[in-house]
Amino acid sequence: MGESIKSVVTPVHLEYDYSAGTATSRFLRGLAKKKIVGGECPSCQRVYVPPRGSCPRCAVPTAREVAVSDHGTVVTFSIVRVPSENLDFALPYACVSVLLDGAGLPFFHVVQRCPLEEVRMGMRVKARWVDDEKLGPTIASIECFVPSGEPDADYETYKEHG
Amino acid sequence: MAERCGVVGIGQTKYAAKRIDVSMPGLLREAALRALEDAELGWKDIDALVIGKAPDTFEGCMLPELYLSDALGGTGKPVLRVHTAGSVGGSTACVAASLIEAGIHDRVLTIAYEKQSESNAMWGLTISPPFGVAVVAGAGGFFAPIVRGYMRRSGAPEDTGIRTALKDRQNAHKNPYAHLQIDDVSYDMIKDSPMLWDPIRYLETCPSSDGACALVLARSDLAKKAPRPPAWVRSTAMRSEPTMFAGRDTINPLAGRTAAKDLYAKAGIKNPRNEIDCAEIYVPFSWFEAMWMENLGFAPEGEGWKMVQEGATALGGDMPVNMSGGVLSSNPIGASGMIRFAEAAMQVRSQAGAHQVEGAKTALGHAYGGGSQYFSMWIVSSEIA
Amino acid sequence: MRDVAIVSFAQSNCAKETERNEVEILLPVVAEAVKASGLPRSEIGFTCSGSSDFLQGQPFAFVMALDAVGAWPPIKESHVEQDGAWALYEAWVKLQTGEVDSALVYSFGKSAAGDLAEVLALTLDPYCVAPLWPDADSIAALQARAFLEKTGKTERDLAEVAVRSRRDAKSNPHAVLKGDVTADELLAAPYVSSPLRAHDCPINCDGATAMVIVAGERAKKVVPRPVWIRGIDHRVDPPALGVRDLTRSPSTEIAAGKAGVGRDRIDFAEIYAPYTHQELILKEALGLTGGVTINPSGGALVAHTLMSCGLNRIGDAAARIMAGKGDRAVAHATQGPALQQNLVCVLEGE
Repeated sequence: MGESIKSVVTPVHLEYDYSAGTATSRFLRGLAKKKIVGGECPSCQRVYVPPRGSCPRCAVPTAREVAVSDHGTVVTFSIVRVPSENLDFALPYACVSVLLDGAGLPFFHVVQRCPLEEVRMGMRVKARWVDDEKLGPTIASIECFVPSGEPDADYETYKEHG
Repeated sequence: MAERCGVVGIGQTKYAAKRIDVSMPGLLREAALRALEDAELGWKDIDALVIGKAPDTFEGCMLPELYLSDALGGTGKPVLRVHTAGSVGGSTACVAASLIEAGIHDRVLTIAYEKQSESNAMWGLTISPPFGVAVVAGAGGFFAPIVRGYMRRSGAPEDTGIRTALKDRQNAHKNPYAHLQIDDVSYDMIKDSPMLWDPIRYLETCPSSDGACALVLARSDLAKKAPRPPAWVRSTAMRSEPTMFAGRDTINPLAGRTAAKDLYAKAGIKNPRNEIDCAEIYVPFSWFEAMWMENLGFAPEGEGWKMVQEGATALGGDMPVNMSGGVLSSNPIGASGMIRFAEAAMQVRSQAGAHQVEGAKTALGHAYGGGSQYFSMWIVSSEIA
Repeated sequence: MRDVAIVSFAQSNCAKETERNEVEILLPVVAEAVKASGLPRSEIGFTCSGSSDFLQGQPFAFVMALDAVGAWPPIKESHVEQDGAWALYEAWVKLQTGEVDSALVYSFGKSAAGDLAEVLALTLDPYCVAPLWPDADSIAALQARAFLEKTGKTERDLAEVAVRSRRDAKSNPHAVLKGDVTADELLAAPYVSSPLRAHDCPINCDGATAMVIVAGERAKKVVPRPVWIRGIDHRVDPPALGVRDLTRSPSTEIAAGKAGVGRDRIDFAEIYAPYTHQELILKEALGLTGGVTINPSGGALVAHTLMSCGLNRIGDAAARIMAGKGDRAVAHATQGPALQQNLVCVLEGE
C-alpha cells in the first residue's frame, strides 16, 4: 500500500493576446516621442492620463487628445519593502501617485534618484526618460520620476487627489 | 418586499495559512455542514446555492462553482456565482438574501471561500497590467498611499494603526476559528514589526488565509420555527463607483457613504452610533478602522481616529468593532466579507462565545473591495422589526 | 411575482478585435441599449454584469468595465463570474424584491484572445481531470460520440445543423459566419476531435452585449412592444462526466419545466448550443417538438462570444419578438463542460 497522496501540483501556462485599445495605443505612441498625451472628456472636461477610452464619470469616449506636462506633484506615496514576484523595481522603492500638470487625476509610478526619506507629499517631480534608442510605445519609456528642484506644491492644490 | 429573511445557520472553517488537510470541496463542506447542523437541516432542505469568491486565479480553477456544485448538494438546483472583488463575501450574502426576499426560494445556502494557498495570492494581486508598470505591490501597495493621505488630512496620531491592530489581535484569541493568534502580542511588538509599504507595518496587515464561511437563510415563517433564534436581516445595501476618475475621494469614498445611508434608512436607524450595538467591518490594514468609522457615519469626518484612541471600538467599548479579530486575523479573501456578515449575525444570536458583546441586539456587517470602490453591508437584529 | 420586460438590447460581435480593448467594445453597446430603453441612465436602478477573469487573462477584469457604464454617482451594482444570462437572472431577482424597478445587464469577453478550448480545460475537476488538459472541443466530442451511438443520429445530421445555422445567419448582421454551404462540403473537412469537425464547433469571437429590463407598467410606457419574461429558471448537473448521462440534459429539463415552456405554444427558440449535437440534445430537453424554428439567428455556431452568448440568445429572441416576428419564444443559455449548467427563459411580446 503506497502513501496517500495529499496534493498535486499542476503548472498552468496560458498565453493571451492583449489589445491596448485605441486610447492607450495613442498614449503609448506619444511616449515613444517623449510626449505625454491625455484624453479629455467632452462632458466634464477633465483630462485623463493615461487615457482610459471612456470617462468613468460620464461614460463617454475621451477622444480629444491633450498634451500634458512631464512635470507634476507627488500627491501621496508609499515606500515599498515587501518582496513580490513580478515587480519591476528593486526594493525598497518609493511608489508614488503623481499628478502631472494639466491632468485631472494622478497615476502610479516610482520616484528614484532621491533618498527615500526625502520623498514627501507635495514634492515636485519630472519624468526621466530612457535613452533615445530605448524609447518605444511602452510606459517603460519613462524610466522613473525624479525631483525637479521646484518648491513643494501647496497642499491645497492637490489635497482633493490624495 | 414580499418576504423577510432570517439567518438560521452559520458555519465557519478554521482559518489557516494552508489548509492542506482538506481539498477545495472538503473546505467548503466543513463550513456548509456546520451551517446545516446549526440550522438542523439537511442538503435536501436547501433550494438554491449562492457561491462567492474572488478571482479564479487565486486557485487556478476557472468557474470553480461548477466543479464544487455537487459537493454542496447542488445537483438539480440553481447555482449562482458572485464575484465583486474583495466585497464578494458580503455581496454574495446580499444576493442570497434577495432570493428569499423576492419570494423565489424558501431556504438558500450561501457560501464564500478562498483556498488561496493553492495559487499565489500576492502574485494574483500584483496586477501586472499589459502596457503598464508593475509598481503597485499587492493590495497594500495600493492602499498605503491612501492611508498616508488620511493621516495628513485628519492629523491623526501616528500610532492609530498600531492601536487598532493590537485590539484586533487580542480579540483573535477569543475566536477559535481565527488564523493568527499571536502569543504575547503587544503595542511594541506591532510597532517594531517591519514596514512593508510605509506607513503600513507587517503586524498592521492582514494574513493570507484559506477558509470558507456558510450561511443558511430562510424565509420568515420557516426562520421562526428554526431550532435557534434567527438573525433577522433588517436591510442590505450595495454601491459601486469607478476605480479612478478625476475628483475621486479614495479616502472617504462616496459609494461607502451612500451605501451606509441607504442601509440605515431601510432599517429605520436614525442614529447609527447609538442604535447599532457592534460592527464587523472589513479592515485589512489597521488604519482602515478609523477611516471606516467616518465612512459609516459612526464618527464625524476627520475624527474616526478618536474612536480608536479612546478605546470606543474595543470589545468593552461603546461601539465594539471586529470582536472576532477581523480581517487582520483571518483573510481568505473571497470569504472575508461573508465572515463579517456571519459574525454580525452570531452576535445577535448570542453565539459568539468568548467574543460576545453582551446584550447585542443589532449588528452591522460590512465588506469592501477593489480600489475601495465596491461596498456591501447588512444590518441584522434579534428583532424582526 | 412582478412582471418584468426586456425593453432594449444591443450587441457587437466580431471575429477578432485587435484595435479596441474590452471597455472600448462595451461602451457603445451599453450606450445603445440605454438609449433604446427610453430611460435616462440615472433612472436605471441596478446594474449587473457577467464576465470571466480567466477568459480575460486578468484578475478583477470586470472592474475596468465600470468605466463604460457611468457609475457616478455611485450605483447599485453587482457582478457574476458567469454568462450575462445569469447576470440577467440576478437583475430579475433584484426587481422581484421591489427594491428597484429597472436594471442594466451587460457582459463581454474576448474569446479570440487566448486559446479558448484550452482555457476551458480549467473548468474541470482540478485534481484528476484538468491536469490532463482535455480541451473543450474534446470534451464535447465525448458527448457527441455517446449521443450518436445512443440515438442512431449521424455526422450528417450534425452537419445539417451547421448548414441551416449558417444559412439563417445571412439575415443576422451580428453573425460572424454566414453563407450557403452543403453538408457534403462540410463533411469533407478533417476532424477537430472525432466525431466533431470545425463546423460542429463554435466560432469564437470578441464582443459585448447589453440589455435593459423594466418592471410593470413602466415597460409599456418606454417602448412600444416590451418583451415580458414569463418564466426564468436555471439548474446545474453534476460536474463529473462519468456520473451523468451525457446524451441528456436533466438540468435543462427541470429549468424548462419551472420556466413554463410547455404552458403554451412556442413560435421559435434561441438555444445556446456551441456544438451541433448539443442543439439536438437541448431541443429534446426543452420539449420542443415538431416544426418549432430553432436559432433563427444562427446561434452560437455563427458567433460565440463566451460570457455573452447566453445573453445574446435571450436578446436575439427578444429583438425578434419586438420586431413582430413571433409572439412567444424560449431562450436558453449554458455554461460549463458538456452542458453542465443551463438557464431557460420564456419570453412573450406585449
